[in-house]
Amino acid sequence: MHISKKLALLLFATLLSAPLAAKELLNSSYDIARELFAEINPLFIAHWQQQTGETLTINQSHGGSSRQAQAILQGLRADVVTFNQSTDIDVLHQRGNLLPANWRERLANNASPYYSTMAFLVRKGNPKQISSWQDLAKPGIGLVFPNPKTSGNARYTYLGAYGDALQRFDNDDAKARNWVKTFLANVVVFDTGGRGATTSFVERGLGDVLITFESEVNGIIKQYPDQQFERVVPPTNVLAEFPVAWIDRNIQRNGSEKQAKAYLEFLYSKAAQQVLARHFYRVHDADVVAATAAQFPATKLFKVEDVFSSWDAVQSNHFANGGVLDQLLAEGKR
Amino acid sequence: MSQTALNSSRRWIRPLLISLGVVLTLLLLVVPLVFIFVAAFSAGVGGVWQNLTEPDMLHAIGLTLLVAGLTVPVNLIFGTLIAWCVTRFSFPGRRLLLTLIDIPFAVSPVVAGLLYLLLYGSNGPFANILEQHDIQLMFAWPGLVMVTVFVSCPFVVRELVPLMSTLGTEQEEAAVLLGASGWQVFWHITLPNIRWALLYGVILTNARAVGEFGAVSVVSGTIRGQTNTLPLHIELLQQDYNTAGAFIAAALLTLIAIATLVVKAVLQWKLARQH
Repeated sequence: MHISKKLALLLFATLLSAPLAAKELLNSSYDIARELFAEINPLFIAHWQQQTGETLTINQSHGGSSRQAQAILQGLRADVVTFNQSTDIDVLHQRGNLLPANWRERLANNASPYYSTMAFLVRKGNPKQISSWQDLAKPGIGLVFPNPKTSGNARYTYLGAYGDALQRFDNDDAKARNWVKTFLANVVVFDTGGRGATTSFVERGLGDVLITFESEVNGIIKQYPDQQFERVVPPTNVLAEFPVAWIDRNIQRNGSEKQAKAYLEFLYSKAAQQVLARHFYRVHDADVVAATAAQFPATKLFKVEDVFSSWDAVQSNHFANGGVLDQLLAEGKR
Repeated sequence: MSQTALNSSRRWIRPLLISLGVVLTLLLLVVPLVFIFVAAFSAGVGGVWQNLTEPDMLHAIGLTLLVAGLTVPVNLIFGTLIAWCVTRFSFPGRRLLLTLIDIPFAVSPVVAGLLYLLLYGSNGPFANILEQHDIQLMFAWPGLVMVTVFVSCPFVVRELVPLMSTLGTEQEEAAVLLGASGWQVFWHITLPNIRWALLYGVILTNARAVGEFGAVSVVSGTIRGQTNTLPLHIELLQQDYNTAGAFIAAALLTLIAIATLVVKAVLQWKLARQH
């Protein structure tokens, strides 16, 4: 008992004193970005040390980006967010006024230092001959992706499929809608998050196609070399931006304004963009793009805002309770 | 059916049921337990050591011990007080209080976590006061302790109340008549009678505090090296594709659980002998 008490006191002391020791930044990020920031953070820490002489500690919190936004609204004092969904940053402005509405204009490229798109992971040899979104709604194809209700990743899948259908049917919404219904009917399992869907596809062997971010698809291929999965990037595709922002309210409180801004700006630097490309994200830096062109198949990207007018409209028309997604899922079951 | 046929069928049924029981126990309990350790050591002794000494893992272990180390004394004192109140005094609302104590068992831990988040988070009624004094409860270790105290508070009470009811109040009344103060009565009469049950309650509280996932996951914010307890760390390692690491953390929790069970069995035996 005495020893455990002493131990507890000791732990207590170390936990309390930790925040005072060094300047800290907390980066709240999406689920699958841990490996990425584990590589970028040391680069920035070295860069910052060299520039200012200050030693920085960067802490990471990862989770579904909607859940992360919720935690920040409830008081998680993140200095910066690096999300995979701009609506989740908008929420921070709308519900908590933690940052200004124009956060997108504060950094280049819509405050999105890197981007990605959706890709299909198919089993060895692509036995079902999948090459485009159109192929996915054919009978007998089993699809795996997370539930668009809970996962930003899956929302892009849904919008990619829907947008592609709109283009194919010359913006005839009724036809596109009907096609998306058959597409959704092919889904064998809706997991709540990206990693869950990966487990269903890889370890439980469910379905013929796993749909997720291109970056993630490449990661899975590397992670499971003996399964010899293959990657398919459809010819038309949705642009998935990865927006970043500093949280004004929190950086004022934490006194971390300079560090937070420099950290996000660093994501645009050549060093960071190289790391990003190595993690199969598409980047903006011209030299890095040229050097890594072979990794990224050409595809015609459309913006969600251009095809569906705005994210707000998408949210209220498609993903809200009783919206198009719910209707299509219900109709598909009949 | 003749008597002998019945007998012979009975002779078959018994071993059949026993072996069924044994096989089910093996499949559902023993094999998964063994598998945890096999999977943990699939990384080799070096891998186990490397995973165990990784800073985030060390911090997760330390934080889990800190949370348990604070939760147990709080619930020990609180639980004893409540049990003393409801078994030694008769007052209106006594039954209600006993029922209220069970609420943490009745509600899902996730609900408990959300409750605390809504109450003490930055949209809650205390947000301004907390902000003014720069106190961070949620998404920091105090929040973890708070929800763990909540979900594990019934254990000590639940152990003590039945025992203290059966013990009755005669000895304590006698002590009071002989001039003992309240504290003396508790220290010399009550405590020696309830000490094993109390310890048993503490062990259950500790087990729950160490293993709690749901409530803690809501208020943690899962910042590695800051608010990540061992059960949360298992999930993160699993998501990182670090299966061996996840199993090593799981094996650690299992070891704690087994140690708890052993202590519990010994205490139960002593408790039985006491009566």
